[in-house]
Amino acid sequence: MFGNLSYIALQQYWYVIVSLLGSLLVFLFFVQGGQTFIFRIGRSEAERTIIVNALGRKWEFTFTTLVTFGGAFFASFPLFYATSFGGAYWVWMIILFAFVIQAVSYEFRTKANNFLGQRTYEWFLFANGLLGTLLIGVAVATFFSGARFSLDGMNSVTWATGAHGLEALLSIFNLSLGLSVFFLSRILGLLYFMNTIDHGQIITRSRQALLRNAIPFVAFFLIFTTWLLLREGFAVDPATGEVFMEPYKYLHNLLAMPPVMILFLAGVVAVLGGIACGLLRDRGNGIWFAGPGTVLVVFSLFLLAGFNNTAFYPSTYDLQSSLTIRNASSSHYTLVAMSWVSLFVPFVMAYIFFAWRALNRKKIDEKEMEEESHVY
Amino acid sequence: MFDSIDISLVDWSRGQFALTAMFHWLFVPLTIGLSFIVAFMHSIYVKSGDEAWKKITKFWMKLFGINFAIGVSTGIILEFEFGTNWSNYSWFVGDIFGAPLAIEGILAFFMESTFVAIMFFGWNKVSKRFHLASSWLTAFGASLSALWILVANAWMQHPVGTLFNPDTARNEMINFWDVIFSEMAVNKFLHTVTSGFLLASVFVIGVSAWFLLHKREVLFAGRSTVVASVFGVIAGVATIFTGDASARIVAREQPIKFAAMEALYEGQSHAPLVAIGAMKSDTSQESYTRENFIFKIEIPNALSYMVFLTPNGFVPGIGDLVYGNREQGIMAYEEKIERGAVAIQTLKELKRARERDDEVTYQALREKFHDPEWLDTYYRYFGYGYYQNREIGELVPNVKMSFYAFHIMVILGIHFLILSGLALWLSLKNRWGRHKWLLWVAIMTIPLPWIASEAGWVVTEMGRQPWVVYELLPTLSAVTRLHPGAVQVTFWIFLATFTALFIAEIKIIVTQIKKGPGGQ
Ligand code: HDD
Ligand code: HEM
Ligand code: HEM
Repeated sequence: MFGNLSYIALQQYWYVIVSLLGSLLVFLFFVQGGQTFIFRIGRSEAERTIIVNALGRKWEFTFTTLVTFGGAFFASFPLFYATSFGGAYWVWMIILFAFVIQAVSYEFRTKANNFLGQRTYEWFLFANGLLGTLLIGVAVATFFSGARFSLDGMNSVTWATGAHGLEALLSIFNLSLGLSVFFLSRILGLLYFMNTIDHGQIITRSRQALLRNAIPFVAFFLIFTTWLLLREGFAVDPATGEVFMEPYKYLHNLLAMPPVMILFLAGVVAVLGGIACGLLRDRGNGIWFAGPGTVLVVFSLFLLAGFNNTAFYPSTYDLQSSLTIRNASSSHYTLVAMSWVSLFVPFVMAYIFFAWRALNRKKIDEKEMEEESHVY
Repeated sequence: MFDSIDISLVDWSRGQFALTAMFHWLFVPLTIGLSFIVAFMHSIYVKSGDEAWKKITKFWMKLFGINFAIGVSTGIILEFEFGTNWSNYSWFVGDIFGAPLAIEGILAFFMESTFVAIMFFGWNKVSKRFHLASSWLTAFGASLSALWILVANAWMQHPVGTLFNPDTARNEMINFWDVIFSEMAVNKFLHTVTSGFLLASVFVIGVSAWFLLHKREVLFAGRSTVVASVFGVIAGVATIFTGDASARIVAREQPIKFAAMEALYEGQSHAPLVAIGAMKSDTSQESYTRENFIFKIEIPNALSYMVFLTPNGFVPGIGDLVYGNREQGIMAYEEKIERGAVAIQTLKELKRARERDDEVTYQALREKFHDPEWLDTYYRYFGYGYYQNREIGELVPNVKMSFYAFHIMVILGIHFLILSGLALWLSLKNRWGRHKWLLWVAIMTIPLPWIASEAGWVVTEMGRQPWVVYELLPTLSAVTRLHPGAVQVTFWIFLATFTALFIAEIKIIVTQIKKGPGGQ
């Protein structure tokens, strides 16, 4: 089946899969967003316990999606993996570090004799929520704004700045996406609380916080989108593989791919609808709109970055070193082999959904926290 | 070719990888082994409905959870470290190496993390059978993730199923099944997983011994001991068998590693096996043909027998491998270096021809990279080509480390088997716990399987040096070009963080054990 596909079709197929994983990851960042509210919304010890436990049953999904995103990128576009991770060393190291400290925090937080103290683990969760979302947003923004690297004949990367990726934080464009992701995660976190927790105070506070986070989110997202559609982009000549600058490239991409435009607009409407739902109704199902909306928006952004003859990881330092889905991918054989593996993905999603449902059938409340034998 | 690379960068990068991998490995084998022991106990509970078994299951599950969390936390860094610190390597082999890593994420990590949540939270939320199934699926998920990463590691030890593509300057996969089912990969998986079972069994026996010694929770401790010692005996035998098979494969595919493991400088037939020995400290790198033992106890013929299953087999020593041995048909390193240099030169010429648009030369050179005979004569030694004009000693792994690590592992393996056997035998006769000194031995043994297990990786990884991909890519040219200071900073940060988390884990586990299964 896959063996008959052309090389470019396989490359596109894998770019779609990686994009899908990336967009699911941003949706699952509701865990990270929620973690930044541990202190603001959880005022008492009992409330904090409820919040941590509501998130604690989901954090592994986010974490594993991040890991799989990395693995899938490595398998399908190894040159991206080698270039970005090796080059933008500091950004990725800080992101990874933020996840290292997250993974232990849930399990260790309330255990007796836990060495660092409960408060430290709560700060770890907070730091993970802040740094993880912000920096991944900034890193993804460089898909549009470019990074400063060059590749030699053996495809080995040299980074042009000593800051090794941290220079990306100086760009307002990059920051606007980083902050959009950060505030969006917080919004998703709040909507998740409203959906799964049964506790009057927490719900009320979540709803109040929702507005305060929706405004900066909309502002930053508008800045990012407007700028994106107006800026010049990194186009590839399909015949020669040459990379050149094209004015309004991303706007052109959006217009050239109507399905992507529809996905993007639908996503934006769903996110805004989810927020409205949360603001207007006490027990909104906002997450069920905002979540899928997030997936659609991020997914279409990834496609804008890589499809329609665009360099998805451009270099502003040495334009011809820019990565495209053609020059960065694995061999035909490997993509075919991996495509067979990708058939398992729906099956994996199905059992995740089933498990999620099984554990969430009942809303989390104080009583459960007292009775449950495994509490974080 | 590595003129521009700073040696201290390579050393710090290696140090960082070794540090993070070895920390990760402190938790991984316990996850692999304990998950099965817990699933087994859980089955007994579901079958018998006996509340005492539920208590036992929950106790070990709790310890499992604490260990699992830190295992996950130390794992993520490794997943990305191939990119951050070994980016040249990631490109050179990404076409093969990325696949198992991705499959691991899709198939294994999701399985593990989904069902582990049900295993912990499912007691009152899902049906008993589904809950039990989740415990088993968690255990299978853990071993499944071990499978894929070990496939990747085995490929680095013995690259098969691939062809070098001169246009992209990387290795490309041509046969997925060769990669997965290489003998090296299968054996590595079996040895690693069974050693994980053994480690967990020794842990459970030891912790239970502590309860027995204090006459607390005697029923719990007795039952745990029986389950663990059954596991331990089976796993112990399997570990030794698979380890022996690994050694044979190493002797065939990586003879220099094997010679280093045995500190065998001069090859011989009827080679004896050094059971225990101490090496001199002044082993200078230049002299490969000298005896270096202060004392040793040998088992005659055993080494030849181990490798060839007959005492007549000739086991090459380090000297034979480095300087060649015509009688035995062993090629000297000098010659391998020359051949490797030819391969590298050919690649360079090919690139130049392509840049000049000299189609004829380009095609002719390209042909070579598809000619099996040329590949076997020259490309096979590609990595050696990098060692032109360098110290030949750099091509020999650290003998002392290999020798001691290997012997510690083997001696401890035998100790664990004897201990599990005794625990099982005496438990069945209801006499385990009567001899205080035996309980003490069991308690003192708790840390030892970790030493054996880490030693195993030291043998595998240090013995592979100086290669990242055996005979193809030297560690030196695999590294990301960073400022050594940057790697140094992350090294210390990880050291500090992991140490703190490790202390936390130990304290929490010890506290939970002291509370016992009663005091949840
Ligand atoms: C033989 C087994 C084995 C080996 C050699 C390794 N690991 Fe591991 N890893 C596991 C067996 C395992 C596991 C048993 O599946 C873990 C350990 C504890 C755990 O929670 O899962 C795990 C966790 C784990 C995680 C977190 C998974 C999650 O999201 O749940 C990552 C990202 C990695 N590992 C990555 C690596 C990499 C890149 C390695 C190569 C150097 C590596 N591991 C060596
Ligand atoms: C968790 C178990 C593992 C342990 C304890 C371990 C241990 C080590 C050690 C000690 C080193 C440093 C060697 C040296 O500096 O001489 C090393 C290096 C390395 N290992 Fe492993 N390793 C493990 C698993 C793996 C796996 C599964 C892979 C690949 C799939 C791998 C790939 C590498 C690489 C790329 C290096 C760096 C290059 C080098 O120094 O050889 N390791 N590892
Ligand atoms: C008692 C007899 C044993 C023998 C003959 C043996 C043999 C070996 C050999 C030859 C290797 C190197 C494989 C390679 O380089 O590819 C190895 C690796 C290893 N050993 Fe053992 N071993 C024994 C016991 C143990 C024990 C008791 C443990 C731990 C509890 C253990 C854990 C490991 C691990 C984790 C590795 C690295 C993974 C691998 O390469 O397979 N071994 N062993």
